[in-house]
Amino acid sequence: MEVDDHVVIVGASHAAVQLMISIRQQGWLGAITVISDELHMPYQRPPLSKAYLDGSVEEGRLALRAPEMYEKLDVVFKLGHTVVAIDAGTNQVTLDTGEQIGFTKLALCTGARVRQLDLPGAELGGVHYLRTMDDVKAIRHSAKKASRAVIIGGGYIGLETAASLTKLGIKVTVLETESRLLKRVASEQVSEFYKRLHEDEGVEIRLGSKVVALQGDGHVKSVICDDETHSDADMVIIGVGVIPNTELASEAGLVVENGIVVDEFAQTSHPNIVAAGDCTFHPNSLLKKSLRLESVPNASEQAKAAAASLCGIKKAYSELPWFWSDQFDVKLQIAGISQGYTGAVVRGDADESRSFTVFYIKDQHIIAADCINRPKDFMVAKKLILQQSTIDIAVLVDESIDIKTLIN
Amino acid sequence: MPAITYIEFDGTGYHVDVAVGNSVMEGALNNMIDGIVAECGGCCVCCTCHCMIDPEWAEIAGEPGQEEAEMLEMVEGRQQTSRLSCQVQITEAMEGMVVRLPESQY
Repeated sequence: MEVDDHVVIVGASHAAVQLMISIRQQGWLGAITVISDELHMPYQRPPLSKAYLDGSVEEGRLALRAPEMYEKLDVVFKLGHTVVAIDAGTNQVTLDTGEQIGFTKLALCTGARVRQLDLPGAELGGVHYLRTMDDVKAIRHSAKKASRAVIIGGGYIGLETAASLTKLGIKVTVLETESRLLKRVASEQVSEFYKRLHEDEGVEIRLGSKVVALQGDGHVKSVICDDETHSDADMVIIGVGVIPNTELASEAGLVVENGIVVDEFAQTSHPNIVAAGDCTFHPNSLLKKSLRLESVPNASEQAKAAAASLCGIKKAYSELPWFWSDQFDVKLQIAGISQGYTGAVVRGDADESRSFTVFYIKDQHIIAADCINRPKDFMVAKKLILQQSTIDIAVLVDESIDIKTLIN
Repeated sequence: MPAITYIEFDGTGYHVDVAVGNSVMEGALNNMIDGIVAECGGCCVCCTCHCMIDPEWAEIAGEPGQEEAEMLEMVEGRQQTSRLSCQVQITEAMEGMVVRLPESQY
């Protein structure tokens, strides 16, 4: 590593920040330039749909790190700029201004963007997506004058938003096209629980509801579904998933599938280019498959591997994926990926209470757990998943036995 | 700003100023102190910001809340004064506080 080396990082969120810290810690002497299309210094994304939206946390507390840290790291931020092209042959990126910046190494931390719905009326005032701090500022502004909100999409972002807006005193309706909430990511027990939770808190949940149009006069007034029902709304939030930002990579000739393809060292198909975070399609040796993840722990831990690669060190990234969600007084912690489970068992009362865990079983092993207000179960589940031993289901579901005893 | 001393497992010490209202975790992250991982960024969900408060400061740092205590029950190398550093908010009274970091957060 030389002082005239230059790493350019595209993106300025969780992966980018961890990457710049880690390369300095591993002895990177050269310049670091960060290019982001947002105007804000790096901020935490998870609170956006939760504590920042409901007003319990303000903007000043969202900073991912103190400004002084970036000074210590000697990082140059170019905010409000988009990288429009990467020339992987001459090692240059081109910005929207036409400016060209040369690099020795390039790190793609481009993240993901919201999937947009092509609906009549989507351009009306009061219609929002939720991904960035500015998105949430706009939602908070709309919320001040709103009494009824419709949320399109019953995934985690939609449900967290429903909870936050309910806390603000707004009557919320969630419209979900599928037959249950969280269908893509959770079991029936968990879907049922979240339906009960939201209904108990006053949220209207409408399943099998496909939105066909938004109506209003400059500002949204109602949401129309394919069964011709109308839902009154002063504001609409669309939360129907994200798309990884891979176009720059594919135009530069990098291999892209469902995300920028990287190996366990976060190395792309180009030797001078690494990638980390939501934008990557990466192998996981614990899960024995490649996948794309949308989570902060993935972004941060993969960025450490990417930073090591930039510094010529091999540090494989292979962590058990985990996630969390806050809605009302319920904290969900998810360990592992439940996809492919053959059986699900419940510890605790899933029908009446707000505290239980669903363990997902395959071949007599625990492969994942959804822990509802069960922090200890979550901690134990992570160990049990990694331990990969045959599990005694009778003990697992017996609350009179300390779950810790299952750990070898 | 109160000066806080972080001592890594290998004995490396850091004496840093941390703003009142920040957490012990934020003080570590902002000063690139490696012994705190903080995967979740301070939401009390990941249990990778474990620290041991020096016993003479334990009372000032306070007791863990219920969910914090449940997660602490499962950490490696837990001690009587273990806390999740994201849950310890810096106050003026913590001037000079010493916290020790574990060998691993996993």
